Amino acid sequence: MDLLEFARGPALQWSISIFIAGVLWRLLGVFLLRSKKDLSEPRNPAAWKGLRLIALRSWPRREFLEGTAFGEVMGYAFHVGFLVSLFFFAPHVLFFADLSRGLIGTDLHGLVGFGWPALPNGIITLLSAISVAALLAVLVHRLVNPVKRLISNFDDYFSWFVTFAPLVTGMAAFAHLAGWPYERLLAYHLLAVELLLVWFPFGKLMHAFTIFAARGTTGMLFERRGASL
Amino acid sequence: MSAPSVGEFLRSRGVTRRDFMSFCASTATLLGLPASLAPRIAAALEQARRPSVIWLPFQECTGCTESITRAHGATLESLILDAISLDYQHTLQAAAGDAAERAREQAMQDNHGRYLLIVDGSIPMGNAGYSTIAGHDNLTMLKEAAEGAAAIIALGSCAAFGGIPGAAPNPTGAVPVGEIVKDKPIINVSGCPPIPVVITGVLVQYLTFGKLPELDALGRPRSFYGQTLHDRCYRRPFYERGQFAESFDDAGAKAGWCLYKLGCKGPTTYNACATVKWNNGTSFPIEAGHGCIGCSEPGFWDKGGFYQPLSTGRWGDARTVGTAVGVGAALGIASAALARKRQRDAEGG
Repeated sequence: MDLLEFARGPALQWSISIFIAGVLWRLLGVFLLRSKKDLSEPRNPAAWKGLRLIALRSWPRREFLEGTAFGEVMGYAFHVGFLVSLFFFAPHVLFFADLSRGLIGTDLHGLVGFGWPALPNGIITLLSAISVAALLAVLVHRLVNPVKRLISNFDDYFSWFVTFAPLVTGMAAFAHLAGWPYERLLAYHLLAVELLLVWFPFGKLMHAFTIFAARGTTGMLFERRGASL
Repeated sequence: MSAPSVGEFLRSRGVTRRDFMSFCASTATLLGLPASLAPRIAAALEQARRPSVIWLPFQECTGCTESITRAHGATLESLILDAISLDYQHTLQAAAGDAAERAREQAMQDNHGRYLLIVDGSIPMGNAGYSTIAGHDNLTMLKEAAEGAAAIIALGSCAAFGGIPGAAPNPTGAVPVGEIVKDKPIINVSGCPPIPVVITGVLVQYLTFGKLPELDALGRPRSFYGQTLHDRCYRRPFYERGQFAESFDDAGAKAGWCLYKLGCKGPTTYNACATVKWNNGTSFPIEAGHGCIGCSEPGFWDKGGFYQPLSTGRWGDARTVGTAVGVGAALGIASAALARKRQRDAEGG
């Protein structure tokens, strides 16, 4: 079994299994918690209106803009680049279709009659490069800013690394980086993705699953207490 | 009278100077050499004495021999093959039985340390009786012939990597030449079969420069196996644009779109098919409408389905994922129950 076979075979199965088990553990562990009884009288009974905090927190507040602009811009640049290249690069579309067939016996096209298209490679390359640049920028910012450096721990740096590695190995594989065989680069890319999957449930990357639920819960709590969102 | 040189031999076969120079120029290009070296190749080939070559076919289908000899018509490549002194090749030679074996032994004795050994087919390590020639088993024959060889060309994926005889469950215990012979230079000319000009290109390089070509990590000549088919494929622009044939007879296939989704192994296959092509440069499998099956790569027969796209993983069965879901759910429920108990205890206290 060569490295690519290992990456596409047992390593992929194990990492996906750990990812699924870990995410379910974390999510059920949180969502099945008993919510604390709030005995105070609600100032606003329509607490669900607080769900708008999910959208509000996704946009910078004018009064804090000066301090948060860098993080906001870099955050969006990274996330848009990462997600678009993850879901709209042609080989990734095939990968997800095959993953779906492997797990539930059919892909999205077979399930609902349509799939989703791939974007041209030029767009993917551009967005991936922006994403990589944004990741490097936030790392430098974290390292040079004394406050951020002080509050950063292993989780921050390792989560950064496991996010950065699939992007650069993917770009290297796509570009057939000179002197490196494609299958070796592809194997490195798959292994980098698998490292991301294994780390995902146990570090700060888990925010991908919890961020909107957390914002919604906080928003409803604030709304009930009459706080201004 | 001494044996004729390659140049004299080709002239005696009616090859014109123009054809010969054209062959030398195209060979220089294929070898990644500047075209200005073509006259040097021509001069060296003119003078070169016909080297003795012993060709041992083991567990093989004769497809490699068929490819190299280009049975469809005489070409310069096949003439160059004639221009070597092929002292033993039991498919091609007129002699048979003891006479053929004596010719092999004589050639090995006369040219000890100088002859080229070409091997096609894998070697069975299970029962020696799986493959024999004139009562001799392949392993013994290979060891004997390799001992006096200047170099060995493992021709075809079976000799280079085990090929189809070595595919799971490998009933004969087939192994490639490189697993048996460790003390001689081996050039792997892989492919099922290899492209004819690749073998002649290797021979020309050996005759011209007196040394073996630069090899890649798998022992293949870099000049022919240095790039993937995907890198040189004329359908590559469709891949870049995300235009893929979904089946072999849909509109995309008819428009010549990329065959990636139909399992083309071009991105992981190193060979010269896309540039040299087959049948006198007529086409190659992808041009004929079928994806590359990766036949020049080790273990190509066992790398999943030929029609499975490269991006796909090996998912195994659903049991693995089901177990993961079960374990994750159990852990989540257990940790939530534990937390609730703590909450209750805290409220009670």
